[in-house]
Amino acid sequence: MAAEKTTISLTVNGDAVTQEVEPRTLLIHFLREQLNLTGPHIGCETSHCGACTVDLNGRSVKSCTVFAVQADGGEVLTVEGLADGAELHPLQDGFYQEHGLQCGYCTPGMLTRAYRLLQENPNPTDEEIRIGLSGNLCRCTGYQNIVAAVRYAADKIAQAKGAN
Amino acid sequence: MSDPATMTLEEREATIGGIGTARKRKEDARFIRGKGNYVDDIKLPGMLHGDFVRSAHAHALITSIDTEEALKVPGVLAVITAKDLEPLGLHWMPTLAGDMAAVLADKKVHFQNQEVAFVVATDRYAAMDGVQMVDVAYEALPPLIDPKAALDDDAPVIRDDVAENDEVGQGKRHHPNHIFEWQVGDKAATDAAFADADVTIREEVVYPRCHPSPLETCGCVASMDAVNGKLTVYGTFQAPHVVRTVVSLITGLAESNIRIVSPDIGGGFGNKVGAYPGYVCAAAASIVTGQPVKWIESRIDNLSSTAFARDYHMVGELAADKDGRIKAVRAHVLADHGAFNTHAQPMKWPAGLFNIVTGSYDIPIGHVKVDGVYTNKAPGGVAYRCSFRVTEAAYLIERLVDVLAQKTGIDKAEIRLRNFIQADQFPYKSCLGWEYDSGDYPTALKKVMEAVDYAGLREEQAAKRERGELMGIGVSTFTEIVGAGPVRNCDIVGLGMFDSCEIRVHPTGSVIARLGTKSQGQGHETTFAQIIATELGIPSDDITIEEGDTDTAPYGLGTYGSRSTPVAGAATARAASKIKDKARKIAAHVLEVSEQDLEWDVDRFVVPGTDISIAMKDVAMSAYLNVPDGMEHGLETTDYYNPPNFTYPFGAYICVVDIDRFTGDVKVRRFYALDDCGTRINPMVIEGQIHGGLAEAFGIAFGQEIVYDETGNVLGASLMDYFLPSAVETPEWETDFTVTPCPHHPIGAKGIGESPNVGGVPAFANAIVDAFAHHGVTHMPMPHTQWRVWQTLNELALNK
Repeated sequence: MAAEKTTISLTVNGDAVTQEVEPRTLLIHFLREQLNLTGPHIGCETSHCGACTVDLNGRSVKSCTVFAVQADGGEVLTVEGLADGAELHPLQDGFYQEHGLQCGYCTPGMLTRAYRLLQENPNPTDEEIRIGLSGNLCRCTGYQNIVAAVRYAADKIAQAKGAN
Repeated sequence: MSDPATMTLEEREATIGGIGTARKRKEDARFIRGKGNYVDDIKLPGMLHGDFVRSAHAHALITSIDTEEALKVPGVLAVITAKDLEPLGLHWMPTLAGDMAAVLADKKVHFQNQEVAFVVATDRYAAMDGVQMVDVAYEALPPLIDPKAALDDDAPVIRDDVAENDEVGQGKRHHPNHIFEWQVGDKAATDAAFADADVTIREEVVYPRCHPSPLETCGCVASMDAVNGKLTVYGTFQAPHVVRTVVSLITGLAESNIRIVSPDIGGGFGNKVGAYPGYVCAAAASIVTGQPVKWIESRIDNLSSTAFARDYHMVGELAADKDGRIKAVRAHVLADHGAFNTHAQPMKWPAGLFNIVTGSYDIPIGHVKVDGVYTNKAPGGVAYRCSFRVTEAAYLIERLVDVLAQKTGIDKAEIRLRNFIQADQFPYKSCLGWEYDSGDYPTALKKVMEAVDYAGLREEQAAKRERGELMGIGVSTFTEIVGAGPVRNCDIVGLGMFDSCEIRVHPTGSVIARLGTKSQGQGHETTFAQIIATELGIPSDDITIEEGDTDTAPYGLGTYGSRSTPVAGAATARAASKIKDKARKIAAHVLEVSEQDLEWDVDRFVVPGTDISIAMKDVAMSAYLNVPDGMEHGLETTDYYNPPNFTYPFGAYICVVDIDRFTGDVKVRRFYALDDCGTRINPMVIEGQIHGGLAEAFGIAFGQEIVYDETGNVLGASLMDYFLPSAVETPEWETDFTVTPCPHHPIGAKGIGESPNVGGVPAFANAIVDAFAHHGVTHMPMPHTQWRVWQTLNELALNK
């Protein structure tokens, strides 16, 4: 049942946010319904599908099983925060170039998860990409082009670093 | 655009981005930025949320529903029950199969998790709070779970509401739990062929109950504008116009006062064709409260109450000569339709297109009989990424051909080559009534055999068998029947299965086109623009494709059964062709030449041998100013296309598996898929569709099953138990193609989305059984979980 609201302050995609939430409010509902960040989606309620994946304090989390209050004081990155203004993140470009999406529903979670994967392992093998994305389900692509998309991004990021 | 005079033909064609181009997808721009617009993203002022109280029982009488405590919950505004809907005539709704389905349980529940009451509250949390506080009292009845017991004399009667009816929408029936009996073919001749045959085989083949489970569940936002009386429903609708007509028929609202909008849809796979209680309850709640009402399924709701697929209990038989040439096919099916006959099925026949069970083979005689029954399970029977009952048929015939190969000792590829319909036999009339449009099956299979070195694989397998190792080679050479369909064969609630496209060319030469279909990830915004681009010479980037809003799109029957390209794609090509005909007249008028003097050249009309020409872009401007006398201004048209026949895409797949004989772990070493979908509009999109369809086939073959216990509890209706493959389990795919154009489609296309699922499932299943074939195994039940494979190993003592 509803309980008294509590105030949380956090950073979302680089912006400071202070809002009241119910203690039971899930992070995914907080993001989607209070902040109107509808990129992350809900595909299950058991932490299996990964459509709700966001980055919280430098780790991938499934925001359907994190309370908003647990993000108090934290830093959240959603798919909306990946691009640098008009310039796409290499992962977004990779998904476009390699046809790594069809219905698009899993895509925000895939992108956010792949973002963290490449932070942890900038040059993953295809097998490491598959294992790294194993918490994110896709029903449309059969994954092959998603793997290619992440590979594309890793190469592009490496090239950009090499050029600098 | 650059001057065409200085560009090569290839460069000019490349600027168009038409048919055959691996054009990047237009829709991706919003999805990769998190800016898609799915139904749960919709937020209207004052919007309320609804959630269901669901039945804990599979079969029970409802003795009372107490809503008093629920109504005290903060935020809860209303609790709607069947009694409340009854005065509106909305407590039951007609199904697409001629049956009735309960919107909210009316005096009894028929399956576990059936919708009993709808709680409306200010937000989704409050709605769930309210659900917890509704007190429903039940008096349990004996449940009927096993379809094989459904027609017993003492079987519990599931549907008291129709118990006395001698039919429930699909012909005569003979038991209160019987839905229909359907027969096709020549029974006497088939029986005679079996009696005379050198070889006969028989196999019981169950295609288990599974679920399409798109990543986005079903949902809607219904909004009744009390001032002007207009009801708008945004929802996960694969067929928005059909929904509008059905809503009008059941509510009595004028169809012009109903607007159905399908926003972006997060996958459908057949799950989003039917009408569900959530849609009706949200609409009713909006009418009652005067505020918009949102309903979104949870995953558990999705898996346990909306749109299961398959549940076909089949007995298949083949008669053949000693050389393995098939003389007759016989198939008897017991179809479990659950508690209501809600299979989304637009054919005039209750088992859809199951009589494509002759597959790719020249079989002279056949007989099929299908009986549908009610059980205390969730209703449905949808086509999960396939045309209607085609995947069941393909699974059966591809399994039977393998069984025949084993019985006759003929190689599994060789027996297919011996039985294929040959390329010069098309158009081919099958013994069960279809006219296959075109195909070249031997070429397809031989190409795949060469690509994978089939002979080498069989040698490797023989050597491994010597060493006691298990390796399987699965061959599947399937033929689909898609593109529903000819109006003489197909309608849905009295609406013929045509489809439509409206094209408007703007004065400055860009285009908007609207279709009666609705993409759920298939990429229509990209590919349909390519059809128009080629016909009109207008760059596909300048062509906007819009679908899903019934206030603007021409009437169409929606997207499922791989019908978008065969039907709406044909309408698109024809509409573009009509535009071009008018453009030619305008061009002749502007250039002051005769129409016959004009030739088409990529993006312009030219007078050959001169430098006189006019680009389509300039014709477009002229259409709004300078047209021939008597011609209407403007450059737009609509086409409604009723296809003369279905289309028959086909393919040849080979799958190689290695099985660990101690653990039962099956590793898919290789999967080679050759598809022939006729003319290829966008090879990149086609390949993506094949990857996805194969991955879904992999899930079905290796793990998907909605299981019920004997009391009707649905076991594992969450992703904890229901297998959706991840990137780790999913194999790598190799794709290939041949092109055999469809002779009756304006651009020769056949449709592709579902072939890989239809052909993929038997390829996997055949590979696993093949690994055990030398031990006399002819069939193993799907899904081939590691546990089941281990059980086979254990029974054969191969794990010792």
